[in-house]
Amino acid sequence: MSAIPLNHVLILACILFAIGFTGVIVRKNTLFILMSLEVMLNAVGIAFIGAGSVWQQADGQVMFILILTLAAAEVAVGLALLIQMQKRFKSLDIDLLSKLKG
Amino acid sequence: MSYLSPLQWMFYLAALLAVIASIKVISGKNSVHALLYLVVSLLAVAVCFYLMGAPFAAGLEVIVYAGAILVLFVFAIMMFGLGQDEMLHAPKISSLRLWLGPVIIATTLLIQLLFVIDDSEMQTKLTSMVIDAKQVGISLYGPYLLAVEIASFLLLAGLIAGYHFAKPDGPDEHLGLQKNSNHHSRQHSLLGSSHKSGANK
Repeated sequence: MSAIPLNHVLILACILFAIGFTGVIVRKNTLFILMSLEVMLNAVGIAFIGAGSVWQQADGQVMFILILTLAAAEVAVGLALLIQMQKRFKSLDIDLLSKLKG
Repeated sequence: MSYLSPLQWMFYLAALLAVIASIKVISGKNSVHALLYLVVSLLAVAVCFYLMGAPFAAGLEVIVYAGAILVLFVFAIMMFGLGQDEMLHAPKISSLRLWLGPVIIATTLLIQLLFVIDDSEMQTKLTSMVIDAKQVGISLYGPYLLAVEIASFLLLAGLIAGYHFAKPDGPDEHLGLQKNSNHHSRQHSLLGSSHKSGANK
């Protein structure tokens, strides 16, 4: 049994997830949106690790490693798209990417 | 329940620091400062992992997240060349004040880590509930083998996509761009003339 109650770990994960979600919704700079996505993925990792430590199973950490690889791939593709965006629009404002709007 | 063990105090302090740093990440104006706060937030979360009995995950968080992914962010920011316009609005000599926030939070985390390492009673309590890297490895390459394969495919896809999107367009980039823009403008003028002719009709 862990020294930290699972409730509080989940509350921390929820708070961090909400902060990251707010960042994704509010910010217009695409770079900040990517950073907020990192915060959100991190919060999910906290939830997995907390659950794994409460039940004394290694599965939580395995899931965290998979989330880590997901975050790495996402950041690589996202930053490459950002570089393209900077090349074409000379700006990182996400409102410029509205060509598909009807 | 009113009594909190030192371990719990440290966990809540690290959690508070993580929340504060995350709020600073999403509310910052300067992208480099936000990145700095993101590093500090990840370090605080790593301390939380350590106190939850997952030292392997804490090490991965520091090495991969704060070490590799954030360096990728730094490289991207350097490639964007945002330096000029952000430096223009930045205060001139007050660099110490700008660095003060991350420095304070990082120092608090360092003191926490030193405290944990120094306190032998807390060490025994931590090692009693730890899930070490061996268990994680056995689980990762046993029942989760397929997930590891899929993750490797995902990383390969990320590598290829990153190369494809970020590669330079070659030495004749300017030529190609100009040809494209000329083509576009001619198309636009054609469109305009056809519109005009249509209106004339």
